[in-house]
Amino acid sequence: MHLAIAIASLATACVLLFVQPRWWLPEAISAHARAYDAQLHVTLWVIGVLFAAAQGLLAFAVFRFRDRGQTPSATAGNHRLELVWTSVTAVAFLGLAIAGQGIWAAVHLQGAPNPLRVEVLAKQFAWSYRYAGPDGVFSAVEVKSIDDAGGNPFGVVDAKSDDIVTALLHVPAGRAVELRLKSRDVIHNFFVRELRIKQDVVPGMTIPLRFQAEKTGRYEIPCSELCGLGHHQMRSALVVMGAGEFEAWLREQQSR
Amino acid sequence: MKWFSTDHKVIGKQYIGLSLFAVLMGMVLSLLMRFHLVYPDTKVPLFQALWPEGAPGGVMTPELYLSLMTMHGTIMVFFVLTTAPQSGFGNCFLPPQIGAHDMAFPVLNMLSFWTTALSFAVLLMAFVVEGGAPLSGWTAYPPLSGLGKITGPGQGLGQDLWLVSIALFCAASLMAAINFITTVIELRAPDMGYFDMPLTAWAWFVTALISLFAFGVLLAGGILLLLDRNLNTAFFVPGGLIVNDRVEPRSGGSPILFQHLFWFFGHPEVYIAILPGMGVVSTVLSTFSGKKVFGYRAMAYALLAIGGLGFLVWGHHMFISGINPYSTIAFSVLTLAIGVPSAIKTFNWIATIWGGRLRFTAAMHYALGFVSLFITGGITGLVLGQPGLDLYFHDTYFVVAHFHLIMGVAAIFAIFAALHYWFPRMYGRTMNETLGKVHFYLTFAGVYALFVPMHFAGIAGNPRRYPDFKEYEFLQSLLPLHKGMTHAAYFLAAVQLLFLYNYFRSKRNGAEARGDVWGAGTREWRDD
Repeated sequence: MHLAIAIASLATACVLLFVQPRWWLPEAISAHARAYDAQLHVTLWVIGVLFAAAQGLLAFAVFRFRDRGQTPSATAGNHRLELVWTSVTAVAFLGLAIAGQGIWAAVHLQGAPNPLRVEVLAKQFAWSYRYAGPDGVFSAVEVKSIDDAGGNPFGVVDAKSDDIVTALLHVPAGRAVELRLKSRDVIHNFFVRELRIKQDVVPGMTIPLRFQAEKTGRYEIPCSELCGLGHHQMRSALVVMGAGEFEAWLREQQSR
Repeated sequence: MKWFSTDHKVIGKQYIGLSLFAVLMGMVLSLLMRFHLVYPDTKVPLFQALWPEGAPGGVMTPELYLSLMTMHGTIMVFFVLTTAPQSGFGNCFLPPQIGAHDMAFPVLNMLSFWTTALSFAVLLMAFVVEGGAPLSGWTAYPPLSGLGKITGPGQGLGQDLWLVSIALFCAASLMAAINFITTVIELRAPDMGYFDMPLTAWAWFVTALISLFAFGVLLAGGILLLLDRNLNTAFFVPGGLIVNDRVEPRSGGSPILFQHLFWFFGHPEVYIAILPGMGVVSTVLSTFSGKKVFGYRAMAYALLAIGGLGFLVWGHHMFISGINPYSTIAFSVLTLAIGVPSAIKTFNWIATIWGGRLRFTAAMHYALGFVSLFITGGITGLVLGQPGLDLYFHDTYFVVAHFHLIMGVAAIFAIFAALHYWFPRMYGRTMNETLGKVHFYLTFAGVYALFVPMHFAGIAGNPRRYPDFKEYEFLQSLLPLHKGMTHAAYFLAAVQLLFLYNYFRSKRNGAEARGDVWGAGTREWRDD
């Protein structure tokens, strides 16, 4: 009796917390982020129904079959029933798996033409970004030329290169962006909550990551793969600007 | 008591004793972490007394926090969740349940316990060596863990000790697995076929099979990482690394290779922790419902299916690691497929009590609590198993909440159920039922209060493995949530004193119990 009440009330509390959440996802600022939220919404509904049904059945059985001197039934199985719930869960679970592929494919398997390319370099415990500059070509780099203090973390060889190197990621709204993620030392992780994208940055690899932000603003980038004692301080930001504003920003960077 | 005994009952109790010590230690570490998360600048003289370098002035450094986190995870996963349910209760009750007098290889059995104990001692030594305990998490991803001191404090001798400890643990687990498998195949009573075995015996058998295939791979990964660290090999070191302004001359390795090796072990490990608990819960529910287990064969096949499929889903830990983006499709379909046998088990548990006459003993409370927590913790796997949704949730507190509920708390509820249930057989006395039930209700409410709100931190995007939340605006707004969780953790820890009191007092002064006290009918209750 007490146990039935405990299970039922805790399960109800869980459902209520999700119906009226005080903390939730941040604003979605891209088409992908909105598709993401829709898929999450569907998934939460499915698991919410399954959760309530399973906990409800459990609490009900605990209440209904408490010891009142009855004789326990001799049932030890029911093939038809077992077949039904196995098929129903299989369809629901695999359905979710298939329905969820779209948002993954949009980020990792489909590209937009002519994206703005930005190179991202992670190291213990800072982020740097490199743009190709007016010539549209990334200049050659080498280890010898790396000079963090001198503002050349990528190791651009040509001192007169028109490449632009920054500490914040600036992009124009409404244009596809392709990041090329690289790490210099250990594994880091690039995460923008508002874009609903997250990708490990692995030394020895160049990993592409695509997005198209739509809403201007400044969004935090917290490193999300344990990278050492400064992991929690390895922050950067994504600055989404209007197209004209972005062009002006680029020119200002070049004149430096 | 004889320390070096080959008697399975003694060895089982030794494993349980080791786990009890380990779980208290792991719990204390988690309390220190929870404190630091919400009061990062508060001076605590105790911290300075314990770690003069890690907490100068009584304020914990980030590296100390990360090392406590690493040790918490390692202790809980290996020395609690892998040790007590399988080696502890399995040793005590597998032989009598199948009509054997002891395990197949009693000396090997003793050796595997003492290797586990040595492994634990080596792990604890990491706390006191120069540089302290490692800070790369229980997953120890290279290059952070693979290059030595240069990557940070704790990454010198501490990380080496951690790896040696894990290697020893793997060796001990392989010995135990061989012993369990042989015992089930060779020593079953002549009248006991495989499908006559209780589900607990099935669970220990399948878990031993999983251990056999999983721990060998972790052992290989651990040894390769030790070689990278100490003999200048480059299994996991890619070319072109520049660490701490020093150019690394080695090249040719792959950091992701380690993740494959680790998670090929790591995911089956989840089932190593939970399968024995599933067996216990099936047995306890059936005994106290006065009914046979519903769908016995389906339950046994589900254990096998979970064990087998468990080896095909490791990639879901690596969706965002940089693996081939097409491979995630296969991993996610297989991952959600493994939810099906888990759901079958849940339905069958409810069907087992359906139509029964339920006797609400303390053990029955824990078993029913396990089912509730298994649902709550398992169901979020449907979110995390989708690579698309993992694009946001990976490495957030959502994951932390998920695995603590399903792998940690649910498995520990099964341990509580097993202890209350088998205590009379282990010590000839019963545990106090009223205290047991009070402890159950407080713990049950406590774990819900701690781990369900934790999902919301994940939904807000809170990364895990952050020593404090001071740097980010969006994390500041989550502080009230984290404070609530910290208080729930204190409550939960305090409540465990009830259990400890009950456990130690009942061992000496509990009501004497002989024979089949619960009317279970399985062989381990026979007096012979």
